[in-house]
Amino acid sequence: MLADQDRIFTNLYGQHDWSLEGAQSRGDWNDTAAIIARGRDAIIDEMKASGLRGRGGAGFPTGMKWSFMPKQPSPDGRPSYLVVNADESEPGTCKDRDILRHDPHKLIEGCLIASFAMGAQACYVYVRGEYYNETCNLQAAVDQAYAANLLGKNAAGSGYDFDLYVHRGAGAYICGEETALLESLEGKKGMPRLKPPFPAAVGLYGCPTTVNNVETIAVVPTILRRGGAWFSALGRPKNTGTKIFCISGHVNKPCNVEEELGIPLRELIDTYAGGVRGGWDNLLAVIPGGSSVPLLPKDICDTVLMDFDSLRDVKSGLGTAGVIVMDKSTDVIRAIDRLAQFYKHESCGQCTPCREGTGWMMRVMHRMVQGRAELDEIDILEKVTKQIEGHTICALGDAAAWPIQGLIRHFRPVMEERIASYKAARTPRPLPMAAE
Amino acid sequence: MSERLGGPHGSQIGNGTAENIGDGSSGEGAAQPTHFTFDEASEAEITHILTKYPPSRKASGVLPLLYVVQHQMRRETGSAWVPRVAMDVVAARLEIPPIRVYEVATFYLMFNTNPIGRFHLQVCGTTPCWLRGSDEITRACRDETGIKGWRQTSADGMFTMSEVECLGACVNAPILQVDDDYHEDLDYDRTVALLRALRQGEHPAAGSAIGRITSAPEGGPTTLTTIPIAGE
Repeated sequence: MLADQDRIFTNLYGQHDWSLEGAQSRGDWNDTAAIIARGRDAIIDEMKASGLRGRGGAGFPTGMKWSFMPKQPSPDGRPSYLVVNADESEPGTCKDRDILRHDPHKLIEGCLIASFAMGAQACYVYVRGEYYNETCNLQAAVDQAYAANLLGKNAAGSGYDFDLYVHRGAGAYICGEETALLESLEGKKGMPRLKPPFPAAVGLYGCPTTVNNVETIAVVPTILRRGGAWFSALGRPKNTGTKIFCISGHVNKPCNVEEELGIPLRELIDTYAGGVRGGWDNLLAVIPGGSSVPLLPKDICDTVLMDFDSLRDVKSGLGTAGVIVMDKSTDVIRAIDRLAQFYKHESCGQCTPCREGTGWMMRVMHRMVQGRAELDEIDILEKVTKQIEGHTICALGDAAAWPIQGLIRHFRPVMEERIASYKAARTPRPLPMAAE
Repeated sequence: MSERLGGPHGSQIGNGTAENIGDGSSGEGAAQPTHFTFDEASEAEITHILTKYPPSRKASGVLPLLYVVQHQMRRETGSAWVPRVAMDVVAARLEIPPIRVYEVATFYLMFNTNPIGRFHLQVCGTTPCWLRGSDEITRACRDETGIKGWRQTSADGMFTMSEVECLGACVNAPILQVDDDYHEDLDYDRTVALLRALRQGEHPAAGSAIGRITSAPEGGPTTLTTIPIAGE
């Protein structure tokens, strides 16, 4: 079990003052100027040494991502930007919400340091529209930081000029995709852009931009204070550090908790979430990393470790670490059907395979819930998911395909049984003979 | 299998499919006002909003300005929505073609392009909430308000009920978002009590309905218990 002194988010549950004064009492903004004085290269090297991988789902090494930004100011005078992705909408995930409302100063300080390391003098934090109250907290924290000269000209006495703006989205899951987010921030529909060019070359307003997740940025100040070596000693090789896990669904005590990467799934659920409802043996399946990753049946859950590589090895993923637990009372087909409905609703409509495919998959899944299908339609459904996966501009197509693939991989017998019992209940009556 | 309101496609409103911009075909026949001007409070907000973006990138203000419209409509009429004429006003203010505002206003789910009731009940029905009983929340909303299907308004004009996708508060599921506030850890009875309180003009506190400390486990945090906090 991770010791409290190794936890980064010491106000995760908002029991303490989230404002500047409270944050400073927990060590935030402590001599930020000294961190910045180390210089860009030293900061990026330290981040690389920490092994931090992006916390938004893809798990790309953060230090390396930062190093893609131009080292010199652009000759045509284009500024660089940091954009923080706080459009947290992945079903099962609610970690950034706690950071925004309870530890906003960790995020703001992280924005300053990360922006300095990338040569960005402005940063936008794009918060999902539904987080109205959370946005208010963040904006209040930003105002406090400006009033205390921690932002603005000579931010935190570092000699670096830096502005931070909060921008609210308006209820579109797709805006969590980084280029859709940039489009939305520019005042357009949130439709993802073709890559390349990547945002580090052509991003917000056509300028070099890095998009990072809230949690990724918020852990930066602590890593730089305590050292990359401290962070990389936690977790497992290549899967270092701590992570906020969100444990929801059929557990006795759903909660958020910060733990080391690589903690066994079973330990995570039993230690922090009060165990599976009805005991571990009542477990049916777990979606380990937010709705976009394939679910895992109980026998894998018994032993799997919660980190990027361990979950990839069992053909799932850590994603955002939103752990959705389903006990044996769950209609697992209906659970995945509801996700199919989610992706159909959230498809931006730009690419044909996703726009048409998510609707098609949803309609077939609706029938699969009832069993109103033919056995070979399971194979057709699987084939269609493969035709959507990888054939769209962004990963929403993949994300819509994977949960269904996971269902077919692990619960095909349940689907077949459903179809059989539907058929059995509707055995065609023998046609009445003609009177003659 | 649980019941789906309005048929299997009843809740499929929003992204990708252009919702009516009050052209009368929505069935609600929304009376579109012929005039809209920002009031003083809105003007102050807009001035602040436009300082955030480079002067040549004013279009970035479209989402925030649509929120300003929606809030002003709530202040003025008790119904938070964005009339078409207001979209034109936003377009003029941001110096962009009106179509750029229409397409944004209809793409994003949180802008109501038709009038809604005094309170907007937004039931999260995505899997994590569904696992914890969101169907019961929907049933409570229907029973208490008399609303039959999604996106409909109660006869007394108090409530509009919508199904929304994951609200991002899954460890406090099931959630009912009322206007801007999340009401968490609900069940049938707690939802009914909440709606009755709203109808009586009370202001029930947002957050957990069972007294949980935000996202901590029920019964209190089991971590972060040994950290001394200066000054507390």
